[in-house]
Amino acid sequence: MARVDLKNIKKSYGAVQAVKQADVTFEEGSFTTLLGPSGCGKTTLLRMISGLETPTSGDILVGGKRVNDVPIHKRNLGLVFQNYALFPHRTIGENIAFGLKYRGVSKSDTATKVTEALDIVRLPGVEDRYPTQLSGGQQQRIALARAIVIEPDVLLLDEPLSALDANLREDMRVELKAIQHRIGVTSIFVTHDQSEALAMSDKIIVMSAGRVEQVGAPEEVYNNPASEFVASFLGASNILEAKVISKDAKNIVLDAPHFGKIPVPLAQAQRMGDAPSGKLVIRAEKLRLADKPGDTNTVSANGVVEAVDYQGQIARYFVRVGDIQLQALNMIESRPFAIGAEVSVVLKTADCALLPAGA
Amino acid sequence: MRVWTLLKVYSFLVYTFMFAPIAVVLLLAFNNSQFGGFPIEGFSLRWFVKLYENEAIIRAFRTSMSLGVLTALISTTIGVLASLALVRYQFRGKDFITTFLISPVLVPETVLAVGVLIFLRWLSMPRSFLLLLVGHSIIALPFVVLVVQARLVGIKREYEEAARSLGANPVQTFFQITLPLLMPAVFAGALFAFTISFDNITATIFWRPAGMETVPTQIFGMLRNSISPEINALGFVMIVITVGVPVMAGGLARYFSRKKT
Ligand SMILES: Nc1ncnc2c1ncn2[C@@H]1O[C@H](COP(=O)(O)OP(=O)(O)OP(=O)(O)O)[C@@H](O)[C@H]1O
Ligand SMILES: [Mg+2]
Repeated sequence: MARVDLKNIKKSYGAVQAVKQADVTFEEGSFTTLLGPSGCGKTTLLRMISGLETPTSGDILVGGKRVNDVPIHKRNLGLVFQNYALFPHRTIGENIAFGLKYRGVSKSDTATKVTEALDIVRLPGVEDRYPTQLSGGQQQRIALARAIVIEPDVLLLDEPLSALDANLREDMRVELKAIQHRIGVTSIFVTHDQSEALAMSDKIIVMSAGRVEQVGAPEEVYNNPASEFVASFLGASNILEAKVISKDAKNIVLDAPHFGKIPVPLAQAQRMGDAPSGKLVIRAEKLRLADKPGDTNTVSANGVVEAVDYQGQIARYFVRVGDIQLQALNMIESRPFAIGAEVSVVLKTADCALLPAGA
Repeated sequence: MRVWTLLKVYSFLVYTFMFAPIAVVLLLAFNNSQFGGFPIEGFSLRWFVKLYENEAIIRAFRTSMSLGVLTALISTTIGVLASLALVRYQFRGKDFITTFLISPVLVPETVLAVGVLIFLRWLSMPRSFLLLLVGHSIIALPFVVLVVQARLVGIKREYEEAARSLGANPVQTFFQITLPLLMPAVFAGALFAFTISFDNITATIFWRPAGMETVPTQIFGMLRNSISPEINALGFVMIVITVGVPVMAGGLARYFSRKKT
């Protein structure tokens, strides 16, 4: 177990800047997720930590020691890939024991450790099978067992659940998190799936186009996004362009199109500073549709339902309010609003986040 | 429909024409006649016995065998290393080296043979077994490279990366992971190389030192006098080796891979 620090890391492949700038810390024993869309540089960052790629500039510290020049086989890291990468010509037992061979572990200790590792991933007794004789989910557990049996300083996982089908993926993420918690290994997990990131992480690092956009706990990143990119990447969000009218000790009062005056609590507008105008971010599931105007802590506008995406207990509505279209994700109380229904779009001011224009 | 029938008959005749000579050689090898031709006068193994007693042929056979085995060894070793470099590493001049390694297939063998001879004359080096071996290896190399490269491209890098992360250095990774996964292609490449060397006549005629014969050049030499029935027997042996060895190896490979899974 060790903490990992990335200091001013940059990586270019010829003219392509895969990572433009990264300055982050992964605390000892924590579970940190690198989240971002395809091509934003997550894998590149992970591969630099592992030693499979060399940064163009900057330092990588594992447990406080600079490891830039340490080759991968001497870094003592556990690596888990999207396609498992179990050695097809070796049995499960041999796969898991592979790393122990290079650590001078005796034969009998190896057998014990392999059995233990298989118990941890809840697949006892499969030592003598070959990888192709296991299902995808089982293979990924073996890959995890192979990576943790060497007691790595850091566990690196590159979209390990992406190749599994949806149900299995949710079970596995609970289990993976439980195993990580139990052995307490510093883990860095790459994903482009926001629900995976929210469910598993102590800390989320949101990346976009080779840069770190925001670092924070899941609730923080979700409720108080640092940029429009983060807001729209984590779930569906509505963005309202608004002008600042006044500011007092508690609120910034905005003039938003169609909604009129919106007082936003200062706690939700920490990034705003003295900007004269901003973008009001409101999550789709916080936007409530109602038959009549709500109470005084809320703001509302009139709209027309343009499309409904019915999902059983909840529905996603696309509502036309003047010249803008908003999304609302609502629980269905009796029956969903129909297309064309005239509704009142209601928001609680405490649910909003205010960003300066241009963020 | 008529067209298809015609086509079938035509194809059948073409194949018959191509394979009949081989059948004739196989058949006549057992003919108990003084002359290497029809009619068949009875079954006999005497030509095989005669073959075995012919010292020149046995010597040629030994030469061919050691030449083939060494060619397979050399071209496979170089071919595997070259493929590894070409598939796994990025460096300047990669395309040029690929073309260079494959070029012996593209250049007519006669031209290659003459070229090497001129080069040797310029270096004032004599022809030797070693030269023959190097030459055969050059001719066989492209086939090894093509076969091994094709397989290597299909072996995911993640296997090697996983092994490295678990503590294996590059050499250990090669012997523990890459080579075992590459083995079927290495094996096929080696067989190819052996067969190519064992069969080769054009370049061999140019490159062999005076007095050295391989099986094909020996047959060629014998044919100049007369078609002795011994040649049919020798043809039979060659067919058995060049067809039988790969077939047997393929069978073995399949048997072992089935045992594993
Ligand atoms: N070996 C390479 N050579 C050239 N460009 C590369 C190389 N590896 C990655 N890139 C580029 O760097 C950028 C970041 O790639 P990276 O694989 O890190 O993305 P990612 O965030 O992992 O995406 P994904 O979610 O699709 O896996 C991409 O634009 C990619 O094309
Ligand atoms: Mg990736």
